[in-house]
Amino acid sequence: MTLTEQMITIGMVVLGTMLTRFLPFLIFPAGKPAPGYIRYLGKVLPPAVFGLLVIYCLKNVNVFTGSHGIPELISIAVVTGLHLWKRQMLLSIAGGTICYMLLVQTIF
Amino acid sequence: MSMPERGKCKRALKAAFPHTIPIFAGFWFLGMTYGIYMNVSGFPFWYPMIMSLTIFAGSVEFVAVNLLLGAFNPLQAFAMTLMINARHLFYGLSMLDEYRGNGWKDFYLIFGMCDESFSINYTAEIPEGIDKGWFMFFVTLLNHFYWFFGASLGGIFGSLIHFNTEGLDFVMTAMFVVIFMEQWMKEKNHVSSAAGLGITLLCLIAFGADSFIIPAMLAILGVLMLLRKPMEKWEGKP
Repeated sequence: MTLTEQMITIGMVVLGTMLTRFLPFLIFPAGKPAPGYIRYLGKVLPPAVFGLLVIYCLKNVNVFTGSHGIPELISIAVVTGLHLWKRQMLLSIAGGTICYMLLVQTIF
Repeated sequence: MSMPERGKCKRALKAAFPHTIPIFAGFWFLGMTYGIYMNVSGFPFWYPMIMSLTIFAGSVEFVAVNLLLGAFNPLQAFAMTLMINARHLFYGLSMLDEYRGNGWKDFYLIFGMCDESFSINYTAEIPEGIDKGWFMFFVTLLNHFYWFFGASLGGIFGSLIHFNTEGLDFVMTAMFVVIFMEQWMKEKNHVSSAAGLGITLLCLIAFGADSFIIPAMLAILGVLMLLRKPMEKWEGKP
């Protein structure tokens, strides 16, 4: 690829990303209330999206090969346990991450 | 900037920063991985610098490395980006009110609406007396800076960096698990949370890691639309 072609490729990626972020705001302009089903979706989608993002982070875990997803399972249990116990966001995240790093660097 | 405006700005930055600490750890590391990847793929350091500033969507930037290494195909680049980033459409629908009425900041808030900025800005309980627009602006700006900082470091120092950070990327997974739990503890019914988790998992098993997002999004949309009547009854109309 020439430099121009590379810049065009990067430009297309920027354009695609911006389109997915700006589109809802362009379709439903300010001042006019969005239709009922859109307001409903705006309310119920985020919880589903957080579920989607959790799975998205784990998409490359293979339960049949390698470490079988065991370090992930243990570390998520640690995150969940810490969060139920103390409900301190940073503590839960740091605890789970340190646990995961120890597991993949030493045991698995 | 007038004095009260400057004070407002400072207080918002102070309130926003702690929320972005996990992102700092994650983006510094992921951004650096990305910069190193660009470096070893033969690109000069200013590529990851420019790309991390203008694209600011992690997963797509990793894919872009492969696009740049392949044959010139701008339409494919565009289509791939739309597919990977389609989930941002959902964020926009949820932020239609929040990301409006903040003046010039609105443009930047929407531009920088990555998974992490959206998740924090949607869930954070902004303390009384803190300007919401500035708070969300700083969350986005700090995240953007961490990503840029990591990508630049990786791009410049590339293969010189040797220390064992294996597994640090789990910080992102841990953060989304916590955000999911926070949402779960706050909500009245768990239909949407459970649907998001379950449907996405099923789609991952059925379609595989490279192509499950779009089917998952469509299935989530379909199920939530079908459940609109009972959901609005359980929730009480807004």
